[in-house]
Amino acid sequence: MITLNAKIPEGPLGEKWTRYKAASKLVNPANKKKLDIIVIGTGLSGAGAASSLGELGYNVKVFCYQDSPRRAHSVAAQGGINAAKNYKNDGDNVYRLFYDMIKGGDFRAREANVYRIAEVSNQVIDHYTALGVPFAREYGGTLDTRSFGGVQVSRTFYAKGQTGQQCLLGAYSSLNRQIKAGTVKMFPRRDMLELVVIDGKARGIITRNLITGEIERHSAHAVVLATGGYGTVYYLSTLAVNSNASAAWKAYKKGAAFANPSFVQIHPTSIPQLNEFQSKLTLMSESLRNDGRIWVPRQKGDTRPANDIPEEERDYYLERRYPAFGNLVPRDVASRAAKERCDAGYGVGKTGLAVNLDFRDAIKKQGKKSIENKYGNLFDMYRAITGMNPYEEPMQIYPAGHYTMGGLWVDYELMTTIPGLFAIGESNFSDHGANRLGASSLMQAAGDGYFILPVTISSFLSGEIRIPRIPTDGPEFDEAEKNVRERLEKLLSIKGKQSAASFHRRLGKIMWDYCGMTRNEAGLKKAKDMVRELRSEFWSDLKVTGEGDDLNQQLEKAGRVADFLELAELMITDALNRKESCGAHFREESQTPDGEAMRIDSEYSYVAAWEYNGGDEPILNKEPLKFEFVELKERSYK
Amino acid sequence: MNKILFSAVSKKFVMALAGLFLLLFLPVHLGINLMLLGSDPEPFNNAAHFMATFPLVKVVEIVLILAILVHITYGLILQIQNWRSRPVRYAVRNKSETTAFSKFMIWTGGSVLIFLVIHFFNFYFIKLGIVEGDPENFYSVAHQLFGIRGYVILYWICFLLLGFHLYHSLQSAFQTLGWSNEFWKPVIQVISLIYAIIIPAGFAVIPLVIQFVK
Amino acid sequence: MKLRLKIWRQKNAEAKGAFASYDLDGVSPDMSFLEMLDLLNSRLVSESKEPVAFDHDCREGICGSCGMYINGYPHGPVPGLTTCHLSMRYFRDGETITIEPWRAKPFPVIRDLIVDRSAMDKIQVAGGFISVTAGAAPEANSNLVRKHSSDLAFDSAICIGCGACVAACKNASAMLFVSARVSQYALLPQGRPEAKERVRAMVEEMDRQGFGNCSNTGACEAQCPKQIRLFNIARLNREYYKSY
Repeated sequence: MITLNAKIPEGPLGEKWTRYKAASKLVNPANKKKLDIIVIGTGLSGAGAASSLGELGYNVKVFCYQDSPRRAHSVAAQGGINAAKNYKNDGDNVYRLFYDMIKGGDFRAREANVYRIAEVSNQVIDHYTALGVPFAREYGGTLDTRSFGGVQVSRTFYAKGQTGQQCLLGAYSSLNRQIKAGTVKMFPRRDMLELVVIDGKARGIITRNLITGEIERHSAHAVVLATGGYGTVYYLSTLAVNSNASAAWKAYKKGAAFANPSFVQIHPTSIPQLNEFQSKLTLMSESLRNDGRIWVPRQKGDTRPANDIPEEERDYYLERRYPAFGNLVPRDVASRAAKERCDAGYGVGKTGLAVNLDFRDAIKKQGKKSIENKYGNLFDMYRAITGMNPYEEPMQIYPAGHYTMGGLWVDYELMTTIPGLFAIGESNFSDHGANRLGASSLMQAAGDGYFILPVTISSFLSGEIRIPRIPTDGPEFDEAEKNVRERLEKLLSIKGKQSAASFHRRLGKIMWDYCGMTRNEAGLKKAKDMVRELRSEFWSDLKVTGEGDDLNQQLEKAGRVADFLELAELMITDALNRKESCGAHFREESQTPDGEAMRIDSEYSYVAAWEYNGGDEPILNKEPLKFEFVELKERSYK
Repeated sequence: MNKILFSAVSKKFVMALAGLFLLLFLPVHLGINLMLLGSDPEPFNNAAHFMATFPLVKVVEIVLILAILVHITYGLILQIQNWRSRPVRYAVRNKSETTAFSKFMIWTGGSVLIFLVIHFFNFYFIKLGIVEGDPENFYSVAHQLFGIRGYVILYWICFLLLGFHLYHSLQSAFQTLGWSNEFWKPVIQVISLIYAIIIPAGFAVIPLVIQFVK
Repeated sequence: MKLRLKIWRQKNAEAKGAFASYDLDGVSPDMSFLEMLDLLNSRLVSESKEPVAFDHDCREGICGSCGMYINGYPHGPVPGLTTCHLSMRYFRDGETITIEPWRAKPFPVIRDLIVDRSAMDKIQVAGGFISVTAGAAPEANSNLVRKHSSDLAFDSAICIGCGACVAACKNASAMLFVSARVSQYALLPQGRPEAKERVRAMVEEMDRQGFGNCSNTGACEAQCPKQIRLFNIARLNREYYKSY
C-alpha cells in the first residue's frame, strides 16, 4: 500500500505558497543544463510547462500525438479564463475565487491547492496578455471581463468564443520560442505507450512514431504528464476524438495512484446527437446561458415547433427550481435538470433528448446586433451543423461528457505517487473537486504549467543533479519496449470481426447509461459486469487491419480503446465506492427530498486514490480532506 | 542582399513598382496616339520626334525599357517558382473563387509582350536604326498598319487582353505595396476598372475611327 | 443517400498514388463529411481492406487537423467551414465526390489524405512569438490597447493553421497564413519591439520551405474556413518594407 503524503506547507492559507517558494530547493543554472525533462502533451499545461522549463534552462523533450503542438484540445475551450483581478470592482479577490472553486467543487478538493491556483490566476492573465493573446477589451484599452457559469462576479477574461484557442496559440508561441532557442525539442505524431521506471523513479517513456510505426526510447530525469482528461471514455463527448487516457493509464499501472476517477463533468449545453454514426458532440459555450433561457414545453410530448408554443405553456425549469441563479446554475446542476426533464418525457427534438435554449427575449431586449457580437461565431457554428437558425428559433441542446475532475493523484508539488512523475492540467485531480466551474480549466492548466510546476519540480530535481544523462539501453527500457511490442502484436494478431471503434461506441453507451449524469448501485454493478464482458470480447474478437511498422490509425485506436476498457471499470469501482452525491457525481440513493445532491461529509470527505495491484480489484487509499479555512456547507443555488 | 531582393515579398514589390511605372506611361502613349486621328501628320510626327530626341525623355526611355525588362524577368521568375511550388497537380480543377483575371496574368502579359515585339519592329527598332524605315514619318506607318484588317483584329485582341491584365494589376500593385484596407479596397477596385477600360478602349478606338473616316 | 467516392490512395511519401472508387450507401444528410468517411472506413475494415487515412481531431472546426480537397475546393464547397463541419446535407444523392489531399511542394503526402504540414510550424518557430519569459510580464492593464486594434488582432489570430490557403492558392503560397500571424503581433503594442525581426524571419523561412509567391488572386481568402481577410497580406507587405 502506498502512503499519500500531500506535502501541504504549514501556515495560514494565504501564506502557504509564498512560504513554500521561499523554502524550496533550487537547481543551479549550470546543473539545469544537465537535467532532461520529458513533457507529454502540448495543451495549455504541457506547452506552458515545456516553455517555462526551457526558459529556466532545462533540456526539455515534448511529445504530442497530433501533427502539430498547436492542435492540442485546449484549443477548443470557448468561454474564458478566470482570474481574481477584480477589474470590475465587484468585490472579487483571491479568496473569493478560491471559495467559489471549493464550493463549486462541492468540498471535495484540497484547500491549499485551490488557493494556490487562485493566487497564480492573475499572473496567468498578465503572461498571456504579454504573449499577445487578444483578450476582449473595453474602449478605454483595458481588458474586459464577463461573468460566467455559477459565480456572481465578473472575473472571466475571454476572446469571443475562442478563448482556449487564443490561449493555446499563446502557449504554442512561447513553446516555439524555446524550440528556436534549442532548449525544447519537439516530437509530434508520437503516442506514449509505456512509462519507464528505474529504481522507483520515472526515468523515461516508450513512444510509437505514428508515421513510421517505429518504437522509440526516450530517457529523462523527470517525466511530466500533461495529457488532458479521459472524457472520450463516453465515445461521444465534447473532446477531440483522438483524446485518450493511455499515458495516464500506463502511469497508473506502473504505480501512480488514480484519484476520484468517477468525477466527470457533463456539460449542459452541447448540440444533441443527430445520427447514430455521430463521432462527436459539439459544445455550445456556457456563456450562452448568460442571455439564453432554457425551457421545455409544459405538456408532455408536445411536438409543436418551439415558436408556436405560447409563453404560458413553457416551463423555464431552471428559473423555476433555482430562482437565485436561474439559468446560470453550475454545470452539474444544469445537466441533471435537463436529464430529469427529458427522462420525464418533456424533451424536444427528434429524439426527445434535447431542451430549448432560447434567445428570443434577449434579442428583443438587446437587439440582434448585440447578440451577434457576443455569440455570432457560436450561432454560425450551430447553424452549420444543424441547419437551424438560432436567431429565429431556439437552439436545441443536451448535456455531453466534457471534463474529468478526476485524474492522477498528485501532491502539493504536482508529483504523483511515482517519484519523478508529475501530472499537470486536466490530467491530475487536484483543483476542481467533484465539479469544475466554468473558465477554471484554462486557468488551472496554465497556472500549473507556467507558474507552479516549474517551481515545484526543482524540489525533486535538486536531488538528481548527480545523476548523469540516463542511458536508454538498460534492462528497464528493454523490458518496457518488449511489453509495448508484445501488446501491439497481440492487438494485431486477434484478427476477429469487430473494429476498435465499434467497441468504443458500445463502451461509451454503457458508461453514459450507468456511470454518467446519475448513478445507482444496481446500475453500476451491472455496468461493471458489462464492461468486463466487453473487454473479454474485445481481446477475442478485435479486428485491426494493416501492420504495426507503418502508419496505422486502426492500431492507434485499438490501443486507446483497450485502455479505456480498463479505465472504465476503475471509474465504476470508484462510483460504487462513493455512496454519497457530490458535485457531478450523483448517486440516486443519496438525494434530498426535492432531488438535490446530498453529500455525506462524515464518511466521504476524502480523495479516493486507487492503486493498481495487478489484479482486478484495485486498492483504495484515502487522503482525508481537512477543511481548516472554510466551513462545509450544503451547496445550494436556490 | 539576396534575401532583400528575392524574398517572396520583395519580388512582388519590384514587380509592382515596375508595373506601376508602365501604367503611368500608357496614358502618355495614348495621348500621342490620339494625334493619329487628325488628318494632318505634322503634330503626331512632331511628338514622335520630340519623344525620340528630347534628352529628359531619353532618360525616361531607359528607365521604361528597364521597367519592361525587370517586369518581364521578375514575372517569369515568380511564375516559374509558382509552377514549381505544386509539383503534383489536382485532378479536379481548382474552383476556389478568385479575383477576375488574376489567374491568367502570365498569359495576358505574354500576349501583350508578343504585341510589344511586333510593335517594336514596326516603330521602336526603326527609331533605333536596327530595322530599316523612316523614323520621321511614323504617322504614315501607323496609318498603313491600320489599313490592314488582320493587323487591326490582332491589335484589338491584344488590347482586350491588356485590359484584363490592367484590371488585376492596378489593384494588385496597391495590395502588394501594402496600400489596401477595408476602406480603400473598393475604391481601388473601381479605379482599376475605369483605368482598365479607358486606356485599352482609347487605343482600340483609333484604328476604328481611321477605318471609318476612310 | 448513396454516393460515389473517388479518393486519392497513396501508401507513403515515396509510393505512387492513384484514385480508388467506392460506392457508399446509407449516408445520412445529418452526418459530417468526416463521419461519412468513418462510415466508409468501417465498411472497408469489415471487408478487411485498408481504411482511408486522414487527419482529424477536435471535429468542431478549431484544431485545424482536418482538411481535404473536395470536388475542387479545399474543405469543400461551403465557405467558412472546415471539413469536419461540412455537413452531408450539402451534397446530392447519387453525387460523385472526388477527394484529394492538399497539394503543395512543402506539403508532401504521408498517406492517402494525410500531408506533412510541419513547414507551417517551422515558419512559426522562426519568429511567430513575442519574447517574454514567464514571470516577466507586466500587469495586464499597464499596457492599454485600442479596442479596434485588439479586435483586428483577434480577427487575424483566429487562423487554425489548417493549410487551406496554401491548398487553394494556384501558387501554393502561404502568405495568408504568415500574414495572419504577423498581423496579430504587429497590431498589438506588445508585439512591436521585435516586429522587424519577426517579419523578416518568418518571410525568410516561408521562402526556405518552398511555398509559392502571392499573386493576389484571393483564393486563400475565399477558402479560409475562418475567413481571414486579404488585408492581412497587405499589412504583412507593409511590415516587411518597414523592417528595412
